This record gives sequence, C-alpha cells and structure tokens, in this order.
Amino acid sequence: MTNHWVDIKNADVILVMGGNAAEAHPCGFKWVTEAKAHRGAKLIVVDPRFTRTASVADHYVPTRTGADIVFLGGIINYLLTNDKIQHEYVRNYTDMPFIVREDFAFNDGLYSGWDDEKNKYTDKSSWNYEMGDDGYAKIDPTLEHPRCVYQLMKKHYSRYTPEMVEKACGVPPEKFHLVAEALASTAVPGRAATILYALGWTQHSTGAETLRTGAMVQLLLGNMGIAGGGMNALRGHSNIQGLTDLGLLTNMLPGYLTLPAEAEQDWDAYVAKRALKPLRPNQLSYYSNSKKFLVSFMKAWWGDAATEENHYAFDYLPKLDKPYDMMQAFELMNQGKMTGYICQGFNILASAPDKQKTTDALSKLKWLVIMDPLQTETSEFWKPHGDFHKVDPTKIQTEVFSLPTTCFAEERGSLVSSSRVLQWHWQGAEGPGQSRSDLEIMAGLFQRLKKAYQTEGGKFPDPIVNLTWNYANPNFPSPEELAMEYNGKALKEITDPKDPTKVLLKKNEQLAGFAQLKDDGSTACGCWIFAGSWTAQGNQMGRRDNSDPTGIGQTLNWAWAWPANRRVLYNRASCDPKGKPWDPTRKLIAWNGTAWGGADVPDYKADEPPENGMGPFIMLQEGVARFFSRDAMAEGPFPEHYEPFESPIGHNPLHPNNPKAFNNPAGRMFPNDRKKLGKKDQFPHAATSYRLTEHFHFWTKHARLNSIIQPEQFVEIGEALAKEVGVVHGDRVKVSSGRGYIIAKAVVTKRIKQLTIDGKPMHHVGLPINFGFKGLTKPGYLVNTLTPVVGDGNSQTPESKSFLVKVEKA
Amino acid sequence: MSSPNRDKDGNPLIQRYSKNDRSNHWVTAICFILLAVSGLAMFHPATSWMYVFLGGGQWTRILHPFIGLVMFISFALLVARFWHHNKIDAADKQWLKQMDDVLNNREEKLPKIGMYNAGQKILFFVLVGAMLGLLLSGVVIWRAYFSFYFPIEIVRLAALLHAFCAFVIICSIIVHIYAAFWVKGSIGAMVRGTVSYGWARKHHPRWFEEVVRKSRD
Amino acid sequence: MALQSLDIKRMSATTVQEPVARSPVTGTVAKLIDVSKCIGCKACQTACMEWNDLRDEVGETTGVYDNPLDLTPQSWTVMRFSEYENPKGDLEWLIRKDGCMHCEDPGCLKACPSPGAIVQYTNGIVDFHQENCIGCGYCVAGCPFNVPRISKQDDRAYKCTLCSDRVAVGQEPACVKTCPTGAITFGTKEDMKEHAAERIEDLKSRGFSNAGLYNPAGVGGTHVMYVLHHADQPSLYHGLKSDPSISPTVGLWKGLTKPLALAGMAVTALAGWFHYSRIGPNEVSKEEEAEAVAEAKRIREEAP
Ligand SMILES: Nc1nc2c(c(=O)[nH]1)N[C@H]1C(S)=C(S)[C@@H](COP(=O)(O)OP(=O)(O)OC[C@H]3O[C@@H](n4cnc5c(=O)[nH]c(N)nc54)[C@H](O)[C@@H]3O)O[C@H]1N2
Ligand SMILES: Nc1nc2c(c(=O)[nH]1)N[C@H]1C(S)=C(S)[C@@H](COP(=O)(O)OP(=O)(O)OC[C@H]3O[C@@H](n4cnc5c(=O)[nH]c(N)nc54)[C@H](O)[C@@H]3O)O[C@H]1N2
Ligand code: HEM
Ligand code: HEM
Ligand code: SF4
Ligand code: SF4
Ligand code: SF4
Ligand code: SF4
Ligand code: SF4
Ligand SMILES: [Mo]
Repeated sequence: MTNHWVDIKNADVILVMGGNAAEAHPCGFKWVTEAKAHRGAKLIVVDPRFTRTASVADHYVPTRTGADIVFLGGIINYLLTNDKIQHEYVRNYTDMPFIVREDFAFNDGLYSGWDDEKNKYTDKSSWNYEMGDDGYAKIDPTLEHPRCVYQLMKKHYSRYTPEMVEKACGVPPEKFHLVAEALASTAVPGRAATILYALGWTQHSTGAETLRTGAMVQLLLGNMGIAGGGMNALRGHSNIQGLTDLGLLTNMLPGYLTLPAEAEQDWDAYVAKRALKPLRPNQLSYYSNSKKFLVSFMKAWWGDAATEENHYAFDYLPKLDKPYDMMQAFELMNQGKMTGYICQGFNILASAPDKQKTTDALSKLKWLVIMDPLQTETSEFWKPHGDFHKVDPTKIQTEVFSLPTTCFAEERGSLVSSSRVLQWHWQGAEGPGQSRSDLEIMAGLFQRLKKAYQTEGGKFPDPIVNLTWNYANPNFPSPEELAMEYNGKALKEITDPKDPTKVLLKKNEQLAGFAQLKDDGSTACGCWIFAGSWTAQGNQMGRRDNSDPTGIGQTLNWAWAWPANRRVLYNRASCDPKGKPWDPTRKLIAWNGTAWGGADVPDYKADEPPENGMGPFIMLQEGVARFFSRDAMAEGPFPEHYEPFESPIGHNPLHPNNPKAFNNPAGRMFPNDRKKLGKKDQFPHAATSYRLTEHFHFWTKHARLNSIIQPEQFVEIGEALAKEVGVVHGDRVKVSSGRGYIIAKAVVTKRIKQLTIDGKPMHHVGLPINFGFKGLTKPGYLVNTLTPVVGDGNSQTPESKSFLVKVEKA
Repeated sequence: MSSPNRDKDGNPLIQRYSKNDRSNHWVTAICFILLAVSGLAMFHPATSWMYVFLGGGQWTRILHPFIGLVMFISFALLVARFWHHNKIDAADKQWLKQMDDVLNNREEKLPKIGMYNAGQKILFFVLVGAMLGLLLSGVVIWRAYFSFYFPIEIVRLAALLHAFCAFVIICSIIVHIYAAFWVKGSIGAMVRGTVSYGWARKHHPRWFEEVVRKSRD
Repeated sequence: MALQSLDIKRMSATTVQEPVARSPVTGTVAKLIDVSKCIGCKACQTACMEWNDLRDEVGETTGVYDNPLDLTPQSWTVMRFSEYENPKGDLEWLIRKDGCMHCEDPGCLKACPSPGAIVQYTNGIVDFHQENCIGCGYCVAGCPFNVPRISKQDDRAYKCTLCSDRVAVGQEPACVKTCPTGAITFGTKEDMKEHAAERIEDLKSRGFSNAGLYNPAGVGGTHVMYVLHHADQPSLYHGLKSDPSISPTVGLWKGLTKPLALAGMAVTALAGWFHYSRIGPNEVSKEEEAEAVAEAKRIREEAP
C-alpha cells in the first residue's frame, strides 16, 4: 500500500477492483466502513462476481475477468477527454511534460523494438525520453509537444472508448460512466479516491500493467501521496509484505535491491546501474544512494569477509541467468534439472497452477523437505486420495521429509502488514509435540551445510562458510538478534563529516535510520528499508501507542513502518508546489518556512524549500511520477490490453487482426504448458478462482471452526448457465479445462451475471480455491487442477484469475 | 372373611366387573393420576410443585408422554370392553332431563337405567374424545421425537389442544371419581368387581334385571 | 448459568412478583446489527462458537453460503444470505445475522413451564438456564422468531445468551467484539437507537428511502435490533417477520385461560365437596337391599 489501512477512512471514493477486500481482508475493510459512515464515501466494486464486498457497495459493476486494462484505459480516456484531471498536480508532479524519443512507436498492439522473428522485444532503447545535451530529459511545460507524454498518452488511450469497454468488458456505458464520474469527482484538491486491489489484478498475464493503469488513473486525479488516496495493494499472507521486503523472490535482495544478472559480473557497473542519477535538475533520485544500501547489506551478510578489495564479496552473490520463480522451478524439476526441493510453509500442490504438472515435477525429485505444522496435500502428493488425487506410489521414488514447524502464534517476531507496518508480536503458546520453529530448523540446516562445506570442501564454499552467524545460540538465532541485524549497526565509530569531533554512532550502535548508511563498509544493514525498526532506543516495532493527534489515523507511535516510519508514501504530493496542503482538513505534511513536517514523516528532503522545485517522487530519477514507464515494464511504456492466454473471445478486440497482439507479447509460458491451453470452442466459459472469507487458503480446512462455517467445496455459476447445463443449486457439476477436471457442488446464484462480450453471451464460472483432500472439510478436488501455467510478463504471477473451462452436470 | 358372593353384612353380591375389567380400569386410572400430576406440573406455575411426583422436571417431561401412550392403549382396551354398554337410548334422554332428581338422590323418579346411566355414557364419550385429542396433540408436542416434523403453528395449536383436552379430561375424571365416591357401593364394583343387589337395583335397574335374569340359567 | 450475576426481572413459570425495585438506571442494553455494514464474514458466528464453547458438526454445502444452514443447539447465530433484485434491476445481497432477538416480551419465557429455565434480566437480556430446563420445547413454540433449539445430547434448550456472562462483567458480547466492520454494536438501548438513527440517515442519503430500525413493537421491542435498508420489507431478509408478536395461539394457550382452567378444575372438585356435604351420599338402604334381593328371587322364579 502506498497509504495504509487506517487511512482508507479518509477517502471520499473507494474503488475496489481486482480484489474482494471484504472477504479477503475483513479486518482492514473496517476502514472502508468507516469512510462510508463518517465521510459519506462512495464504495464502488468492479468484479466479475457480486462479492460480499459488493454487498455493501453503492455501485457494483460486473465486468469480464482479464479485461481491466480496457476498463481503466477507458477511465483514463474519459478523464483526459473530459479534462477531469487535477491540472496543477499532473503538470508539476508527473512526467506529462517529458518528451519521448522520436523513434518510439506503437503499431497495432506492439511497441517499437519488437522483433517479429524472435517474437519478443529485443530493443527497448526507444522506450525513453528524448535527452538534452545537458544530460537531462527534455520537457515541454506547455504539454503541447506532440511527443510529450501527455499527448502520447491521450492518443494511446483514445482507442479506449466506452464502446470498447462495453465490447471487451461487457460493461454498458451507463455503468461505466457511473464509475468514471465518481472517480472524476476526486480530480479536485478537496476530494480523494483510493483504489484497493489484490489478486483480481495481479493474477493475470497482464497483471503488473493493470496495476500501472490503476496508478495512472490515480495520478491523473491527483490522488497519489494524499490522505485517503493511493494505490493500495491488499497483500496476502500475514507476512507476505515482509517476504517481498526481505527479497524472498528469486531475483531480489532485501529492500528491493536486485540480484545481478549473469551479464553483470562487474561490481562498479552493477552498482552504477542501480545508483540512478537524476533525469532533471534539482531532483533527488534517492536511489543514487544504492551503493550504501548494497555495501551495508553485504557487510551484514559477510562481515569481515566483505572488503573494499573484494568488492564487498560481490562474487558471492549469485548471477542469474533467468529468474528462478516457482513456475521455473517446476519446469526444471519436470526436465529433471532440479532434484531436491525445500517446501517451507508452502502447500505447493494446492497453490501452484496445473496440479498434474506439479505432481509430475515432485515425482521426479530425489528428495522433498516439507516444513509445515500440518500434513498437507503436498506432503502426501505421492499418496492416492480417491478420485481427488490419483497417483501410483510404486512409481514415485521421491523421499519426503516432514519437519513439523510451529506457527505464527507459537513464536515471537515481526510481521509486516500491507501498510508496511512492522509489528512485533509475542509468543502465545508453545508449539505442540516435536514441532520446532522455522528459525531453529533453518539454523540447524545451515549449521550442517556449513560443516559439510568445511569438512568436505566443495565448488565454492566461501559464501556459506563466510556467512555472518554471530548468534548467541548458533543453532537457534533469536528473533531479536535477527531484527537487530536487519536494522543494522555501525561497524566502527562514525563521526559527523562536517565536525569529526562529533560522534554520530558508536561502534556497534544500532542505526537510527538508513540515512546513516555508508558505502565504505563502516555500516552493516540486513535490509536498508528496515533501518530504524530497532534503534538504540530499542524495538520500535513493539510500540503500542495508538494516539492519533491530528485525527486522520496517523498513529506514528504504533509499531513502525518502513521506510523511516513513514505512513503515506509520496506525501510531499499532498501539498501544492508551494508546500501548502491541497486539503488542509487532511493535512499530512506542510512546509513551515524552514522545514517539512506534520502528521507524517515527510517523504522528502526535510529542509528542502519548495521554491527549489524538487519533485515529490524522490525515489524516481525524474522526481515526478511516470505515466510513461520507459523500459521498466516488459510489455511497453503504456499499458495495453492483451487477452488472457485462454480467452473466451479468441481475439484481442483492440487488435482483431494482429495475432501477435492477441496475448501479452511478454507473457510467460513454457512450450509444454502451451500445448495444454484450451480453446473457446471446447472450453467456452471464463473461469476465475478466488478465496472465500471463511478459509485461509488450504490450511484452515484443518480447523474445526472454519470447517463448520464453510464445509465443502463448491463452484459458483450464474442462473443462466445453470439452466443451460441443467442443474440447480446443490447439484454436482464437472468443471474441466485443458489440464484436468474437478467435480463439486454447484452454487447457482444471481450474483454471477451472463455478460455480452463482443456481441456474444459469455458465462463466468467461479472457483473457490480453499478446498482439498486433507483436513476436516469434506474431501474435494484442488482447483489448481484446472489452472494454466501462464505467468505475468513482469512478476511471473500465474494467471489464476482468467482461464477457460467447461461446465457439465456431473 | 366374607364369601365372594356376600358382602361383610352377608348381603349377596352381583358380579359387575371381571378381574380383567378391573385391572384394565386401574391401569388406566393410575396412568391418569401420573399424567395429571405430571401434566399439571407443566400446566401452570401454581402446580409446578407437582414436578416432584415423577422425580423432577426432566423426568416429568420424559415420562409423561410414555405414560400417556400406556394410558391410551389401556384406555382403548377399556373402551373396547365397555363400548356396547354405552349406547345412548331413549331412557338416557329422559334421565338427562331429570338432572335435578339425579343430583338430589331421587333416583326412584328416574327412568330405569341399564349398565350405565346417561351421565356415565356421556363421560365415556367425552373421555374417548379427550383421549384421542390428547394422543394426537401429545405426539405433535413431543419434542424429543416428533415435534420437528410439524410446522410451528401446528405445534402451537397442538399445545393448546392438549392443554384443553387435559383440562376437559381432568374435570371429567374429577366428576367421575366424585360420582364413585358419592354413589356408595360403586368403588366396590371397581375394586372387588361386585355390587350389592340393592346397589344394582337402585342405580341400574334394567341391568339388574338382565343380570338376574341371566343368572337363572 | 445458575449463579447468575445479573438481576432477574422475569422468570419462567413463576407467578410471584420478581424483585424489580432496583433496575439499571441507564436503562436496558441492546445489540444493534447494522445489516448495511455487514459483510457476512461469519466472524461473529465463529466468535460465538469460541466464547461459548460450541462446536457444531461439519456439515455440507447445499448450494448456498449459509453454513450451518440453520440455528442449532451448537450454532446460536448464523448468517442468512438472500439475493434480491430490486425494482431498479440491481442485485442486492442481503446478509442478516440471525439469532435470538431478546424480546422485551419474550414468547419463549411466556411458554416455558419450568420455573427459572428462562429468565429476563433487568438489562433486558433473555437467558436460558439449562439446569432448570426440562427440554419440553415449549419455548420453541412460544418464540415468534423460531430461535430456541433443543439439544439431542442433553434435551435442553439453547440459544444466544447475548453473552450475559460477558455483559455481567462489563464486556460486550463476543460477536460484537469480533465484528471486523463494526456492523454489530452494543450499548444501552437508547444509545443504540441514537446510533441507528445516524446510520439510517446515511442510508437514506444513499437512496434507501425506506431505511429504518427493526425494533418490533409486537414483542415490546427487542434487545437485538437491526438497521435495515428496506425496513418496509423485513421479509426480504430471509423471511424476517414484518410484524412479529407472540402467536395468538400461544397467547390463548399461555394466557388467562390457564389459571381459569385451573380454577375450573378446583371448582369441579369443590362442587363435588359441596354436593356431598349438602345433599349427601347416595346410599342403598337396608330395605332397598332387601327389596332387591326379593325382586331378584322373584325374577329368578319367573319362568324363562
Ligand atoms: N479469508 C481469506 N483471506 C485472505 C486469504 C485467504 O485465503 N482467505 N488469502 C490472502 C492472500 S495470500 C491474498 S494474495 C489475498 C487475495 O485477496 P483478493 O485478491 O482480494 O482475493 P481473491 O479472492 O483471490 O480475488 C479477488 C477477486 O478478484 C475477482 N476477479 C477475478 N478476475 C478479475 C478481473 O479480471 N478483474 C477484476 N476487477 N476482478 C477480478 C474475483 O472475482 C474475486 O472476487 O487475500 C488474503 N486474504
Ligand atoms: N488458482 C489459484 N491458485 C492460487 C491463488 C488463487 O487465487 N487461485 N492464490 C495464490 C496465492 S496469492 C497464494 S499466497 C498461494 C497460497 O498458497 P500457499 O502459501 O501454498 O497456501 P497456504 O495454505 O497458505 O500454505 C501455507 C502453509 O504454511 C503452513 N504454515 C503456517 N504457519 C507456518 C509457519 O510458521 N511455518 C511454516 N513452515 N509453515 C507454516 C500452513 O500449515 C500451510 O500449509 O496460493 C496461490 N494459488
Ligand atoms: C382414579 C380414580 C378413579 C376412580 C376412583 C374410578 C372409579 C370408577 C368406578 C367406581 C367405576 C364404576 C362405575 C360403575 O360401574 O358404574 C368406574 C368406571 C369407569 N371408569 Fe373409572 N375411576 C377412576 C379413574 C378413571 C379413569 C382415569 C378413567 C379413564 C380415563 C376411567 C374410566 C372409567 C370407565 C370408562 C368406566 C366405565 C364407565 C363407562 O363406561 O361409562 N376411570 N370408575
Ligand atoms: C395420550 C397420550 C399423551 C401424550 C403422548 C402426551 C404428551 C404430552 C407431551 C409431549 C406434553 C409436553 C410435555 C412433555 O414433553 O412431556 C404433554 C403435556 C401435558 N399433558 Fe400430556 N400426553 C398424553 C396424555 C395426557 C393426558 C391423559 C393428560 C391428562 C391428564 C395429559 C395432560 C397434560 C398436561 C396438563 C400437559 C401440560 C400442558 C400445558 O402445559 O399446557 N396428557 N403431554
Ligand atoms: S487474519 Fe483474520 S483476524 Fe487477522 S486480519 Fe485477517 S481477517 Fe482479521
Ligand atoms: S462479524 Fe460483523 S461483518 Fe462479519 S458477518 Fe458478523 S455481523 Fe457481519
Ligand atoms: S427471540 Fe425467541 S427466544 Fe429470543 S427472546 Fe424472543 S421469544 Fe425468546
Ligand atoms: S425446553 Fe424451553 S420451554 Fe421447556 S423448560 Fe426448557 S427452556 Fe423452558
Ligand atoms: S451475543 Fe454472544 S451468544 Fe449471542 S450470538 Fe453473540 S456471541 Fe453468540
Ligand atoms: Mo497471496
């Protein structure tokens, strides 16, 4: 979230699109209720299904899954053509005036740089601004230059008409205008709209671009950086935010630093590429400090072994030939190239797409380690479970080790919420039986690995044997020790560069924040964005003072938020260029003549006078927000609609005659998986999968209470489809796709409406994912039996929200 | 000890009820007492103290319907036994018209009565009606086994009907018992099975004649 | 719940005056369920099971979201989901938390034949005291909202207690505490009415011109109230009664007729007593006896 949970109460318009906040985030949804009750906020839900979120919405708009870029592109078009944009904001705080290179082009769905033979973008150099001789990007403040971002964007989205929205999404113009007008009402300084989204946007082959389109809407409306505004990703697992923060994605390092690619063998080039210089005069481009983050991080990992001479052990960092995400891993297993797998807190058989492929992959492993408090579907992937899971154990040689772990309530530590708040929690109970905490198990594994390298050697033992491991009990590092390590400390006495007699940090003193990081190896910091969470003053994450002096929900003394305890990102944008809040009733920060301050920690240089013209988006080279993403996205600088890889209409309504622009040209798909794609004639219904509020994924079905309130798997279909198939609610239906089939009871509902897409009727099929063949709920099939292995072009997130199935009476 | 055909004063006796008649009647009567006290316990707070008789509320609730079933069966047998004695005839109508004489012990003025007088006959049919009502309604309000088969409004009506029938039957039996006590010699009929000649001739002259006539053979 | 820590103002099957000289100065309490804020998450259901140690069977899906499908002795509250297409053609998914309404004039209590099995506290909560319950099920017949359920396990009646045990020590009910959206609130009945009025105003401003409070007068008002978008059509909410009251049948069954009937029985018995003491027994005299014997002889001697 750019903003935070409590801040939702400050919104005037709330768009829940690409998520089902009430069901997946019921506690946070409280703030939506607050906004409605106390600000009179309007809640709008755009979803293929009428969800429980929709049940409390002012307007519900049914739309087709996988077509949200058309809808949002339509909103952009509406805002631009009707001039419902916050002018002063966009002119000053976005890249609208930036002039784009002349060779940049967009032809029938594909951008310049497309290689028709290789079927991919081989040259993204044209996706950039025109640079001046001064090394800065060129701009046209009048916005009249035909190649300025504003003009290009206007042109790009002029194709996204209400008629196109109707055609592609099945949303009639009246309904579309309802949403457009409600959002447009916030293009003024006194009103704010927030967008809440989650997997309904991300789990598509065009997921990342969909989010960007949403963000562009928010920028046009001047809703980024202000209270009650923002782009708010409602995250998943309680600590999934922490997972990304700590770089647990395969191409990431802690704090969103990126691992070097195979080609990046040179330390200085690696750093230079990340220490981005400003693209306009007077801009901060905070990432120019990247070297400090990287060096401190490597000092945290390898301590004395990381020296200036060895480039802080840069050689220890893996250099990736490709991302090793989940889909890649299963592909490699299937090819016999990955033979062991540690599955920690992950029920992969249930959660990864194409269960058959997962089963095959796991069956080819030599060993599989399961670290989980429960016996999961994955830990029994080798065992037949009736019709729900058919395997032949005699043909599976995988050795499975189950290491029972404790779970969150049985340990202490911090969790990072969607609000980016690191909140410390304390242990509630001892784990049962022989369970051990993940920390203890991991430490045990590490100790044994290290010993093996020490005694037996190996190809490259250094990164392992030299890893810093200064914990009081090496077999069981404490959560406190780890938290302190993430925050970081001074490795030697640090003095004020302006006044060397002034000691800023004593040796081994905890850092107060990332501003103290050094690129000379004198500081260590496990995760730069967490610097400040455990300072010399102690554990900031354990703070529990919920006082809210200004009444807008800025409880700065409750736990601690990254970065720097800031609660609303880009909050400099909540003030006009002169430093005065756009809306004084929802003031986050303001310029008081000498410094920035207020209800939040300024996301800005604290003493930078407004007159200097520094932009509010200090993390970006431009200093302003981007409509034109340059080469940051795989599929192009402006989001464009592409059909899901399994499309119920079989062509891209925006590019009906260009088969190359049918699906996301940068989408992720392995050849064998492509063979399993279904076609609309065979599988005519558009399926989407989602969770139910009563269950958490695949594990609360082991809990009695959850099983009581939602006991058995079902499939949701609309009344029209039910009639076609000849079933009534409670009957059993068979749902099949190119990957397999499941059988479940039908929930026949008015909440799923038949839509007219491109002139033809289309049905959605809703597939709740929370059931399986282990646990206390009635045994059932795994929904991921049906899903395709298709990944988003940027994040590799599987396309679980849009695929084709066929429904029959079972 | 008096002989079975003589009372303690040596008066000869007439057999009115067989052993089986009597046992059947007393099973019914005992059930009734148990049902009345248990039913009344639930009937109104003023009589809730009666829960003690069957061992408290839960036992009362459990036993009452089963005893009710026993009583119903037993009563049904009783009815089968006595049905033919309870056909209303012309004399009964006359008897009813002379209620005043009945109540004032002026039996000599009444028409000649057979096995049972009109009052007994009416009581008989009231009992039959009430018992049927109690059974049917009782089953409907029998929560443990049956109530859930019936819609709530039917259960409510049944509860009302049951209470009403219970009221009717209790009042009727009070009258019945009183009559047995009032008309001296009646109890003996149901206890020993015999009545004196005088009793029979005074209260049931036609029956008396029939019995005596039959005893000639 | 025998050792109750709340003052009782009414008790089942009891005719004497209850101690009412002392009553809460702040008035009675109420739980307000704002249906328009409820997201049907069933957290309240779960909290109820947790606090009250209830564990129903794991059932099955019947093709709707309602689970368990109905109130049971182990499920004191369930969410009822109703799909409703309004006259504008827009879909509404009305989700109502069902359970005991804690009627001011509780039909269950009226019907209950067991002294102290059902009580109403001075704060308005209607509570079942299972140790006094005989399992007759009269409360089921008495309740206008079809709430109490008799357990097969112990033949006692169960229903929402409004968490009387929590309220007694100054805590809100478990379901209120847990409700993530604030759809359920708890306080004095007056405060809840005021809060409801604000909510209704908000709903009216959103086009629900018939929004209103459900606090039906037919049962003397309730201590569980609903804010409804369509207060004019409560039946949209899974058949919520428009104008509930204790059924006239129950009124007749449990009303004045009962003492009258008792009196009737007493009068019948007394009539016997007085008849006997005034008129005297109907006896057979010695002479009559002799006459009868003589007559018998005569008849026997008659030719057949
Ligand atoms: N109760 C519960 N809560 C959870 C979880 C859980 O398992 N149970 N899981 C947690 C996790 S890990 C996550 S990631 C989050 C996920 O949170 P959400 O993303 O909110 O949850 P989902 O149910 O996956 O999907 C949300 C909605 O997206 C809709 N949708 C599908 N396709 C489209 C589309 O193309 N456009 C639009 N506009 N909508 C679409 C679906 O109909 C569905 O209603 O939830 C978290 N919270
Ligand atoms: N079709 C389809 N597929 C989906 C989705 C979808 O919407 N549609 N959603 C996707 C999303 S967003 C997600 S996040 C995934 C979720 O997929 P998973 O993360 O695989 O699902 P969970 O059931 O949450 O598995 C978590 C496991 O962690 C265990 N666990 C709990 N606490 C601890 C602990 O402290 N330590 C350890 N070691 N284990 C613990 C639990 O017992 C459980 O088995 O599913 C994905 N799959
Ligand atoms: C508990 C106290 C009771 C007493 C003292 C009592 C006594 C008597 C006596 C003395 C008779 C004989 C009357 C006669 O022969 O003319 C009689 C008859 C009879 N009693 Fe009872 N009785 C009692 C209860 C009941 C009950 C509960 C029932 C049934 C519900 C019942 C049903 C009958 C019937 C059917 C007859 C035969 C009369 C007829 O058919 O009209 N009695 N009883
Ligand atoms: C014929 C079979 C009968 C059945 C199946 C039956 C069943 C029941 C049942 C189920 C109840 C509710 C309480 C409980 O569950 O125990 C009840 C109540 C009652 N029964 Fe019966 N019963 C029968 C016969 C009788 C008879 C013969 C009487 C009269 C003496 C009687 C008098 C009552 C009374 C007074 C109540 C309480 C009614 C009230 O509170 O309104 N029942 N009966
Ligand atoms: S996990 Fe449950 S209790 Fe926790 S925030 Fe989510 S909905 Fe609320
Ligand atoms: S906890 Fe609140 S929001 Fe959730 S179902 Fe219950 S009343 Fe509704
Ligand atoms: S709703 Fe029913 S059970 Fe609850 S108090 Fe009212 S009558 Fe009694
Ligand atoms: S079942 Fe109901 S009416 Fe009967 S005693 Fe128990 S609480 Fe009272
Ligand atoms: S008030 Fe208490 S008993 Fe009643 S539903 Fe809520 S949690 Fe359950
Ligand atoms: Mo997730």
